[in-house]
Amino acid sequence: MKKILILGAGTAGTIMANKLSQNLNHEEWQITIVDKHETHYYQPGFLFIPFDIYSRNDVVKPKRDYIPTSVEMILSSVEVIEPENNRVKLTDNRILGYDYLILATGSQIKPEETVGLKEGGWYKNIFEFYTPEGAVELQKFLKHWQGGRLVLNIIEMPIKCPVAPLEFLFLADWWFTEKGIRDKVDITFVTPLPGAFTKPRAAQILGSFLEKKNINLVAEYNTGSVDWENNKLVSFDEQEIEYDLLVTIPTNMGSDLIERSGMGDELNFVPTHKHTLQSKKYENVFVIGDATDLPSSKAGSVAHFQADVLMENFLRHIDGLPLLEDFDGHANCFIESGFGKGLLIDFNYDVEPLPGKFPLPGVGPFSLLQETKMNHWGKMMFRWVYWNLLLKGSELPIEAQMNMAGKMR
Amino acid sequence: MPVKEIAGIQVDFDDEGFMTNPDQWTKEVAQALAKEEGIGELTDGHWKVIDFMRNDFKEKGQPPTIRRINKVGGVPTKDLYTLFPKGPAKKAAKIAGLGKPQGCV
Ligand SMILES: Cc1cc2nc3c(=O)[nH]c(=O)nc-3n(C[C@H](O)[C@H](O)[C@H](O)COP(=O)(O)OP(=O)(O)OC[C@H]3O[C@@H](n4cnc5c(N)ncnc54)[C@H](O)[C@@H]3O)c2cc1C
Repeated sequence: MKKILILGAGTAGTIMANKLSQNLNHEEWQITIVDKHETHYYQPGFLFIPFDIYSRNDVVKPKRDYIPTSVEMILSSVEVIEPENNRVKLTDNRILGYDYLILATGSQIKPEETVGLKEGGWYKNIFEFYTPEGAVELQKFLKHWQGGRLVLNIIEMPIKCPVAPLEFLFLADWWFTEKGIRDKVDITFVTPLPGAFTKPRAAQILGSFLEKKNINLVAEYNTGSVDWENNKLVSFDEQEIEYDLLVTIPTNMGSDLIERSGMGDELNFVPTHKHTLQSKKYENVFVIGDATDLPSSKAGSVAHFQADVLMENFLRHIDGLPLLEDFDGHANCFIESGFGKGLLIDFNYDVEPLPGKFPLPGVGPFSLLQETKMNHWGKMMFRWVYWNLLLKGSELPIEAQMNMAGKMR
Repeated sequence: MPVKEIAGIQVDFDDEGFMTNPDQWTKEVAQALAKEEGIGELTDGHWKVIDFMRNDFKEKGQPPTIRRINKVGGVPTKDLYTLFPKGPAKKAAKIAGLGKPQGCV
């Protein structure tokens, strides 16, 4: 029996377990997946917890329910990968050998990378919403908050789901309006980017939304430390920004496992071929999802598009065929914009998010970079799609490669 | 594309003032660009950053990020901001004759 080992049973690992199980001969291949946690979190749902739209129970399911029975699942933390020996060591000292390895260990927040961030103010008046704990703590805080200066800052790029901070701001504007205290809350967005978003067209359009919603923008601000005793951010060049409530997007880094195994870059992301998803260093290692160092968005939709390409390339590799350079960086993200509306962006490595229409067979066209009720509905439907189609590796009516149809330059 | 004569050499730039041909770079060009950026005389501290960036660029094919200059190049981020105030990654890449650092998504 040949062995294929998947590390990480989050979005990307779960999709691959399903696809491999569907495509490989079970007499020939043993598929194994390892994760340290038994609970699968629907991470896009974390955004809604602070505003009491979802609770923690709305975003969790047992991981095992999504792994096919033909796949061996091991609940354990991985201690180290030894790619030279084609094996990994688990924390309980068990050794697993492999013929092929798929790395799907994701990315995580690292608040301890910033001086003063995870200290006296942490979960008191400094919060994050990239973990379930953080999102729940923030919900409790917001419930009783009477207003003041709300600052949301991005410490450094890249971060997973780069639109999530904007969505948080839009929802905050809506939430405080609903509570009747919007006039008592001053909202400021602090980012190291030159504008509201990474790409120029979207940055301009999303920037105008910030203005319309009366949200201040401080661009090109690199947070050096947090002076939590005096409630202010201090940048590397000594500019200060005061807050009463800080919602932070800490540094995002790949799993510590990648660092322990010496397989990552300075952010513990794994050097990966941009179009094939093969590791740059090891021929029998593939990388998918947030764990890669690719300049594509770190998002669930991207992991889904990557999985199509990875599956095809895996089948080609075992048959000795050259790999296809088919991954184009495609991302497709709904952006919740508050008051029951949303936006949609669709882009890849070469084409930035553009306005226009996004055709979706059977459902109808969505509007790109425009606020509509239908986009909000798309965003809320995504949870159902995630649990019922995406994780199971089912075909979605969206091609892995981006399509120009409907987009306007 | 704009061409300018700097320190006796014809140098190609893009619209944002980043050199487009790293082979046209010399130490004299770097010094001249530093003056344009308002940095003045380049010190050993500046050269340490510039040398690291050029070597790293040769290896990786893209200008290093602030974090990489810190972690791999060994330059504390605070010092980097003192040496190249306001956006050191961009400014240092400009003076080192490298293209504009790619924004992330
Ligand atoms: C607030 C927020 C909002 C988001 N919104 C959206 C959205 O609207 N749309 C969208 O498409 N995406 C969104 N995302 C992003 C999306 O959730 C991620 O991109 C996606 O889950 C990445 O999948 P992954 O498999 O690469 O990583 P993950 O799903 O994070 O899985 C990684 C797994 O690896 C395991 N692991 C790591 N190290 C080890 C180890 N040493 N041993 C054992 N196991 C290990 C972890 O336990 C984890 O289960 C959002 C994310 C956040 C945080």
